[in-house]
Amino acid sequence: MMKQYLLPALGCLFLVLSGQLIAAEQDFQLKEDCPPGFELTTGHCELRSLYQMYPSLVGAGVGGLKTGLPEWRDGFTPQQTDLGRYLFFDPALSGDGSVSCASCHHPDKGFADGLGRSIGITGEPVARSAPTLWNVAFLKSFFWDARATTLEQQMQGPLFDAHEMGNSPDKLLATLNGIPAYRDLFAQAWPEDFASDGAQIRLDQIYAAITAFQVSLISLNSRYDHYAHGYHEALTEPEIEGMNIFRSFVARCSECHTPPLFTNQQIAVIGTPDPEGMPFDIGAQKTLKEPSQRGGFKVPSLRNIDLTAPYMHSGRFATLRDAAEFYTDGRGHAVPEGEELKIHWHIWEPKLSDDELDRLVDFMKTLTDESFKPDQPDRLPSGMKPVHNDIAQLGSNHDVETQHE
Amino acid sequence: MNKLAVAVGALVLLGGGYFLGQGKQSEPTVIKVASEPKAAFTSSGSDEVAAATTGALSVRSLETPTSGELIVVKDGESIQDAVKAASPGAVIKVMPGTYKETVYIDKDNITLSGVIEQGRYPVLEGEGVRNDAVLYSGNGVTIENLYITHYKGNGIMGQAGNNYIIRNNYVVDTGVYGIFPQLGKNGIVSHNIISGIEDAAIYVGMSDHVDVVYNQVYESVAGIEIENSRHALVEANYVYNNTGGILAFITPGLPIKTCGDVLIRNNFVVNNNHENFAIPGSLVSNIPAGAGILNMACDDVVIEGNIITGNDSVGILLTDFSLATSAAKDPDSEPNPNRPKILNNIMQNNGTNPAPLVRAFLATQLETQGPDIVDTVGMDDGCILNPERFRTLGLDKYGDCEFSNTSNVVSYTLPEPVPPRSKEGFKKGKLAYYGVCAGCHAYNSRMIGPPTQILQALYMDNPEGIAAYAANPVKKRDDYPEMPPQGHLDEETLMAAAKYMLKVKK
Repeated sequence: MMKQYLLPALGCLFLVLSGQLIAAEQDFQLKEDCPPGFELTTGHCELRSLYQMYPSLVGAGVGGLKTGLPEWRDGFTPQQTDLGRYLFFDPALSGDGSVSCASCHHPDKGFADGLGRSIGITGEPVARSAPTLWNVAFLKSFFWDARATTLEQQMQGPLFDAHEMGNSPDKLLATLNGIPAYRDLFAQAWPEDFASDGAQIRLDQIYAAITAFQVSLISLNSRYDHYAHGYHEALTEPEIEGMNIFRSFVARCSECHTPPLFTNQQIAVIGTPDPEGMPFDIGAQKTLKEPSQRGGFKVPSLRNIDLTAPYMHSGRFATLRDAAEFYTDGRGHAVPEGEELKIHWHIWEPKLSDDELDRLVDFMKTLTDESFKPDQPDRLPSGMKPVHNDIAQLGSNHDVETQHE
Repeated sequence: MNKLAVAVGALVLLGGGYFLGQGKQSEPTVIKVASEPKAAFTSSGSDEVAAATTGALSVRSLETPTSGELIVVKDGESIQDAVKAASPGAVIKVMPGTYKETVYIDKDNITLSGVIEQGRYPVLEGEGVRNDAVLYSGNGVTIENLYITHYKGNGIMGQAGNNYIIRNNYVVDTGVYGIFPQLGKNGIVSHNIISGIEDAAIYVGMSDHVDVVYNQVYESVAGIEIENSRHALVEANYVYNNTGGILAFITPGLPIKTCGDVLIRNNFVVNNNHENFAIPGSLVSNIPAGAGILNMACDDVVIEGNIITGNDSVGILLTDFSLATSAAKDPDSEPNPNRPKILNNIMQNNGTNPAPLVRAFLATQLETQGPDIVDTVGMDDGCILNPERFRTLGLDKYGDCEFSNTSNVVSYTLPEPVPPRSKEGFKKGKLAYYGVCAGCHAYNSRMIGPPTQILQALYMDNPEGIAAYAANPVKKRDDYPEMPPQGHLDEETLMAAAKYMLKVKK
């Protein structure tokens, strides 16, 4: 019994000591452990999930309860992943040091920001809502209009957009190369690249590190998952009722929000309203150069959906109940006059009752799992203070405004 | 509105690079006698089935494994209660009576079997308010001998269940699809009688290796639809008075984007002239009434030995997405019905009263009567036997088929069931440790729970101790929060995870 208490005590002592070292502005040390959900194999972190026990039809990663996952990204090192975590929270990545990735993808807000439309360095709302980063390891395309096919490509959007993080590639490189702590951390993450003295931090390393962190954000341990793996007591009767409505061919939710990821990763034209006063958002028409995809947007995953209100590309719906109700208010009911959209065939008139809508919300709330939520650093290699909580404050003010719409 | 839709449809057909081939057969019929037999039919599906066949050949021998457990459900009781009580391998027998419920089966190897007495079936009654009659996600289900009526959604719907058997059911006046297995592999849909469905009576969606045989489908918008699926045999079905009889489709915008290796063989496809009563916006709302067999974008479809008569618009229609005017285009879905094969069908009396969409098209060909067979794309990789027998449009580039029949394929179901889901070679304990336990336990650093290294020192050779504790934890340490119970993992998984936890080294 002594041993049981002694070991943690020793651990604490070590933590205290290392804390003092940090306080003395010594080196940052990157983690040598993989993030939760990953196994360290030959220096690299590989995803492990109970869903890997199951196959899926033609490997597509869509199906029912016991269905395998879509293809995913992994294989980064623990150090690269942890470096990405620092970068993710560091406002030094923005043009004026006022925002970080976490400003719009806040860990406490489901890696979204609680805003209808996100706010970048200008203080003005941008065109669309920030999507969650949970489970991006499994996605084939990024942005609401699917205009990026990798995370590395995606992050250059917000990083270098004048309305979002307002940086430029040159300035970003100059900033990070000018911070000794970062040079040291990049050398820890890519020792072979920094073997020579004059080695500089490169853009592809920055993108890779942030990608490494983002693909570690795995959420597959919700109560729904417990049910899926065979523990049927994990869900209450109303939640199971909701699940059956969700997968029924009346509500048809699971036809596009298909397990196990709760998205089929397709683009769908469903005709949700844009915010008041905003021009009609043509969505994927621009990406695909395809007029019939006018107003088409990527089907979002519903995992952790309870954490990421408001909903849809425009953040138009304040609650899950409102979002669910949209589907039963009539095919194309919110399409502006003069717009001819090829509304998806699964949008019909399911005539869901109030009770059924409530049950759907009950079920969607069972998809919440933050058990692998990463730590938020309280100290950053740039020496700057984390700012994402300031922006989140701004977010909660804006929420009120959204609800008035 | 209808007129407008027709005009738009015809324009789309014309505008979509429509192949306007020589419609009339003007050359004299050439009589040939083969000097040697043609090659045997081969396909990826038949190869796969043949390769898996060892020992004596048996056709559709798939059976749901049973354990001897029997649960009898009587009128007034709940079928779902029986499903909840059932273990994998159970047979649930449902006595005649009326059951007003949705039954969902999220377990493997469940047989749900109606008992028929003097022609009296157990009735699943949706009363126009319930969504679906039967949902299943488990592997190896059998659903048989039920009478399903008045549901709003589907009669029987599967999501990713493999090795399924759906047979001997009546589905009457029930919503969107009568029988809808989706995202599963290896199944049989046979001897069902289905009518009054506002989309497809039998709809095989995104599936592999399925036989749809000996069914009677009528008075529905689509009789049988094979969609975004591979290796499907549609044989010996009686398909009449639907809007469209038998369909092989790619629906654009789905996550599985191919359709191919479909045999439509020896069916009766008769008088499919029902008014289209599909839901607006659905893909089948585009089907012209009077279409016998319809292939939109599905590859390697063999249409063989069917009796196709009395379909007022056209006997066989092959087309691309120009028919799907209501759907957004999907650049990742290939639109053409590649390599069509048409063998020895009996066709008579088709096209005598074409639907407006078809009539508008025929007018562009200076025709008034619908053909037996039309290919609106004008594929150049198709084949047809004895083309002189049929009135055709757009088949000018079709060649002679290299095989004369597909009789060497008796089934597209697999001789052995698809194995259970837990894949060999994957260590359950490792997956559970990293996938679940690692949320709180890192190897040698403190997270929410104590490091694995400490637990290893504590438990040493006692994985049972870890498994038991994890299932029912109690507060042990002041400096850590109480562990949440992990009873959602079954005993076997918990033990495997505990063993892995004790041996992990980093």
